[in-house]
Amino acid sequence: MTDILVLVEHEDGTPKKVSNQILTAAKQIGDGSVAAAIFGAGAAAAADKVGEFGATTAYVWEGAEADEYATEPKVAALVAAIEASGADAVLYAADPFVTDVVARCAVRTGSGVVADAVDLELDGDRIVASKAIFGGDMNSMCQVTGDGAQFIGVKPNSFQAESAGGGAAEVVELSVDLPESATRAKITDVVEAAASGRPEMTEAAIIVSGGRGLGEEEGFELIGELADALGGAVGASRAATDAGWIAHSHQIGQTGKTVSPQLYLANGISGAIQHRAGMQTAQTIAVINKDAEAPIFSIADIGIVGDLYKVIPPLVEEINKRKG
Amino acid sequence: MRIICPVKRVPDTAAEKKVNDDLTVDRDSVEAILNANDEWSIEEAMRLKESRDDVEIVALCMGPESAQQTVRKALSYGLDAAIQVTDSAIEGSDATATARVLAAALADEEWDLIIMGNQSSDARSMLVPAMLAEYLDVPALTYAKRLAVGDDGSVEADRETAGGHETVTTQLPAVVSVVEAINEPRYPSFKGIMAAKKKPLDTRDLAAIGLSPEEAGHAGSSTTVLEATPKPPKEAGDKVEDDGTGQVGAKALVDFLVEKKFI
Repeated sequence: MTDILVLVEHEDGTPKKVSNQILTAAKQIGDGSVAAAIFGAGAAAAADKVGEFGATTAYVWEGAEADEYATEPKVAALVAAIEASGADAVLYAADPFVTDVVARCAVRTGSGVVADAVDLELDGDRIVASKAIFGGDMNSMCQVTGDGAQFIGVKPNSFQAESAGGGAAEVVELSVDLPESATRAKITDVVEAAASGRPEMTEAAIIVSGGRGLGEEEGFELIGELADALGGAVGASRAATDAGWIAHSHQIGQTGKTVSPQLYLANGISGAIQHRAGMQTAQTIAVINKDAEAPIFSIADIGIVGDLYKVIPPLVEEINKRKG
Repeated sequence: MRIICPVKRVPDTAAEKKVNDDLTVDRDSVEAILNANDEWSIEEAMRLKESRDDVEIVALCMGPESAQQTVRKALSYGLDAAIQVTDSAIEGSDATATARVLAAALADEEWDLIIMGNQSSDARSMLVPAMLAEYLDVPALTYAKRLAVGDDGSVEADRETAGGHETVTTQLPAVVSVVEAINEPRYPSFKGIMAAKKKPLDTRDLAAIGLSPEEAGHAGSSTTVLEATPKPPKEAGDKVEDDGTGQVGAKALVDFLVEKKFI
């Protein structure tokens, strides 16, 4: 029996899409119980919604410290949730700040972490995680060894969230013993980007990205229109972020983020190996580029050789028309 | 103030990788370079050194003997000294074992601040900075796109979020990991490259840092690779030449997106 605990992320009490996906994954592969661990303001409200995706118990901690200090209060809470649930494995969405929590927790509990899994299966009491390594050049199967809970990070969109038809999860309020050290790093300010209404890039099922071929910052307005028509996020190559056309947080590639959306639509991106290292695990790749020799065409499921400034406007119009 | 910059020797992303029988990458077969993200941490440390007169920067590298090239490269940016942990038993270390070795190497060192890249271009797990902080029992300010160190020993960082940031403040000692947005790394000068050859490099094996072979490498790792296989190369799909008006290209792409059910 492998009992799985899913570290659920939420925004003001609404679980993130990726957390619903991971609960679904836990339900599909597990042969034991599925529980949720939810921390911070709104955790109790989020707990009401995890039963639908298969969690039968929700371990909740609403301590204000979770939102006032970086990482460490949540580490203490996750340790408490693992103890209370007796979980054999912890699944989490492979996102930077969550990765920090899990990294510290694994060291504290003497266990290990496999990050960025795209598929999971159970082998006895061990989860075997499939993941891309070396920028998508190779595939590997990895598992956590040792006695503690296995920590496995799951990439967004690797699983489809499916309603498990469960009722409300039983809520267990955790009592978390915070060591003094947990409140060493205080969050003094939070600056949100202006709401774009678009999905977060690392979570988006569709990413429309732009590169050097845009030629100027204004090109990202066009990229944004295409992203909005498709309900996707906006990404960029390093050339575009280096040029200052868009914030660094949108950069995809070796030194930026790794994404694996269902659809990656690259515009004016030549496809240097450093960029491909961040996106070639996308399920479907479409390309618009003037340069017929651009290396990115070699990994594209469809490539349009043309001027993106000419192709995108009728493309957006047609997409909007078809959506009706 | 003594700053430690952990640096990693990584295979060049552009190089083809071969896998050994024990499922580690054959690092001798590929060109190895200084992890790109470590250039930002080195640059940030150098800026601190140039802004005050009490800063010493020490590179810390875990890796095979051949990683000495990487250490010298790091020193060429203007760092003062380096520690290299090298031992046949460290091969195959996962993130946990890596963090344990780095922490053990610092156990008898005086240090105030550790600045490192947010990830390595080969493993990309982003786990090591927080794990190292946990082993050392200090706070970690990760994914920093701005870093400020006060004379009172305070550290403030803007941690990158999707499009925005959160500002976090703590006291030294601390671990900071940095993202690309934090600075524009310099190139080593000729003088720096020459000086790097003579800078002190302290090479230590596991015994010297108080670890047994079972605490590093495959034996000391909490994860294992069961299988590693090259991905078959992807077949390129249709390539459609637009007619210059955008209409042909747009139509082909819309048809494709409809067929694949994205619209």
